[in-house]
Amino acid sequence: MEVDAAVINTIIDKYGKDKSYLLAMFQDVQRQYRYLPKEAIRHICDMLHLPFSKGYEVATFYSSLSLTPRGKHTVHVCLGTACHLRGGPNILDTFERELHIKRGDTTENGLFTLESVNCLGACALAPLVRVDGHDYGKTTPGSVKKIIKEYGEST
Amino acid sequence: MIVSIEQLDGIAAEHTKKTGVFGKTVKICCGTGCVSSGALKVYEKLSEFINAEGLADKVLIKKTGCHGLCERGPIVVFGDDEILYQTVGKRNLEDDARLLLKTIREGVIAENLLYKGEDKTKRYVSPRDIPFYAGQTRVVLSQNGILDPEDIEEYISSGGYRAVYKALAMDPVEIIDWIQKSGLRGRGGGGFPTGTKWRSCKDAPGEPRYVIANGDEGDPGAFMDRSLMEGNPHAVIEGMIVGGYAISSHQGFIYVRDEYPLAVHRLSIAIDKAREYGLLGSNIFNSGFDFDIKIFRGGGAFVCGESTALMSSIEGKTGEPRAKYIHTVEKGLWDKPSNLNNVETWACVPHIINKGWEWFASIGTPESKGTKVFSLVGKVKNTGLVEVPMGITLNEIIFKLGGGIQGNRKFKAVQTGGPSGGCIPGEYLEMPVDFDSLTRLGSMMGSGGMIVMDERDCMVDVARYFLKFLVDESCGKCTPCREGVRRMFEIVDNICSGKGSKGDVEHLEELARAIQLGSLCALGQSAPNPVLSTIKYFRDEYNVHIEQKKCPAGVCKALTTFMIDAEKCTGCMRCASECPVGCISGEKKKVHTIDQSKCIKCGTCYDMCKFDAVKYA
Repeated sequence: MEVDAAVINTIIDKYGKDKSYLLAMFQDVQRQYRYLPKEAIRHICDMLHLPFSKGYEVATFYSSLSLTPRGKHTVHVCLGTACHLRGGPNILDTFERELHIKRGDTTENGLFTLESVNCLGACALAPLVRVDGHDYGKTTPGSVKKIIKEYGEST
Repeated sequence: MIVSIEQLDGIAAEHTKKTGVFGKTVKICCGTGCVSSGALKVYEKLSEFINAEGLADKVLIKKTGCHGLCERGPIVVFGDDEILYQTVGKRNLEDDARLLLKTIREGVIAENLLYKGEDKTKRYVSPRDIPFYAGQTRVVLSQNGILDPEDIEEYISSGGYRAVYKALAMDPVEIIDWIQKSGLRGRGGGGFPTGTKWRSCKDAPGEPRYVIANGDEGDPGAFMDRSLMEGNPHAVIEGMIVGGYAISSHQGFIYVRDEYPLAVHRLSIAIDKAREYGLLGSNIFNSGFDFDIKIFRGGGAFVCGESTALMSSIEGKTGEPRAKYIHTVEKGLWDKPSNLNNVETWACVPHIINKGWEWFASIGTPESKGTKVFSLVGKVKNTGLVEVPMGITLNEIIFKLGGGIQGNRKFKAVQTGGPSGGCIPGEYLEMPVDFDSLTRLGSMMGSGGMIVMDERDCMVDVARYFLKFLVDESCGKCTPCREGVRRMFEIVDNICSGKGSKGDVEHLEELARAIQLGSLCALGQSAPNPVLSTIKYFRDEYNVHIEQKKCPAGVCKALTTFMIDAEKCTGCMRCASECPVGCISGEKKKVHTIDQSKCIKCGTCYDMCKFDAVKYA
């Protein structure tokens, strides 16, 4: 992945080159590229006079950051307690089976990345699935197939 | 810029006049739950109809924060709690929007959108009569579902920012005295007296000081902070300004989970507006006091809900906790005195200042004052947010407000306190809910998640679930938590897979003690609680898994087989069509069979069958 230094610099400047906004800068980069390229971490660390190891430590600590390219659509299957009790693990299994990938992976065609999340805070609608920021409540194995179809066809 | 109380009152009066021209108000819940149930579509459709009918200047349609009854969303409320419609637009958006229009125009009540009682015959018109709402005492949530969270003038016209005005005329020490005497204790889990914390921070040497709102609501099953930040962000901001003044801080931070984008959005708008109106920034109300707030987004790490980890995260580092022999009120963020409170705690503050500490202290129990918001979820009928006075019993919350267990199954346990809490069995349903009673039961209040479990939930699986959660979320800094919790998980995972052996339970107890004693932060120290509480109250269930290799609830896949009872099967095809692997065969009106070689034991057929024909052993 080619990282555009000008884009990264704009992000760094947005936070006034303040080191305490390292995580926020990484999140912005991820929003731009749908993942956090290593070159971007290196560039930000250079600009902030931080060792690369520091940036890498932060980048690998927080689960919302991904060092590998993500698919066009990110599916988050909630596995909070309420979702767990109401069948969340089955929903995850169904996605894995239907998309032929394991959680954390991206489909070969680059369309879907499948992730699990430890609570999205919409527990009353368990089991919950979030696709690109859009929430689907009270999902069933049947609705999983519909969700995949909906996003698969829109592209 | 607002500099006087007269200006504040002026804005309120102006706003009331502005909205007074509308004859009717319709409030559409746009909390996260209702939005995912389609509330925005209801809003758009109704707006379209209203415009087409030329009623735009007569009806005010408002997008509000969470009403709490998420199970029945989208929720629409007319006027001042006159009518509540539920599941609006779920069957047919167009039809339901027409019914709303009819109610607006002709005052005709749409019977099929009303909330129905247990026996399905009684219908409730006003939310005030619905048991779910009638049993609540709403203080912190009182404005949720009424205000448009993106409109600061609404907040001001409902009495907002009066607490800041009042507090700025008080002596900071007096404010701390009030908070102390009100009996307010931390709503995030610890239950530490808020006044004591403020005083220690004020008295600690060092400048500058910081106040922080912890909105990193990581406990799975809890979403009251999200609902507050999304539904009434100004209340949190107002509380923080008062706190900042009391402890002489000029900078606040709100740390919000990355998973809550709507909360970040609404808080950002609220902060910008508060600055614009001069309620944040320099010389607030001409008092000479300066205060501002920055929002900080988390990165999806549960441990960052722990105060020292959260501060480390704000500093731009990894969110690892540190030992607390030096308190954060003395050396917290950037080693400066820092006062961190949970979002709900902050939202209590304006109420205490406005109504007085005596009022707050008159609610609740001697040791736990005020109200607490709980997220009532799991296998309960009315899932959602409830705010109740401390000291109410679990029974009242689950059976009266919650309406009992879904499908009228048998209650088994209620899990409180998230991964640091425990499971409370049926014999303690009459226990009062307060900080100390729950701790005595081996659980804790936590941030207020209340996950109800029925006979179809396996307690060993629940313990396994929390251990897996904690293995994933342990930051890895200290060995007892990093290694110990993982070993506990392996043992419980073995038990669930039918590989458990005699002595496993005792081994778990021994490990648990070591982890409690040796871990660095509260997260590790409390990590064994879900296991210990399930062993304490459901030891038999562990034994059945280990000795008989059976899962009584039919959850642990390796120990469960699903079958169809030929006597009861009506051949409705429901299970067959929902089976995710298509292993159920059978024709319409003929008995179905499960192909055991293909069955993944997900239990979908069991949940789908309306005739009780699917059995497990």
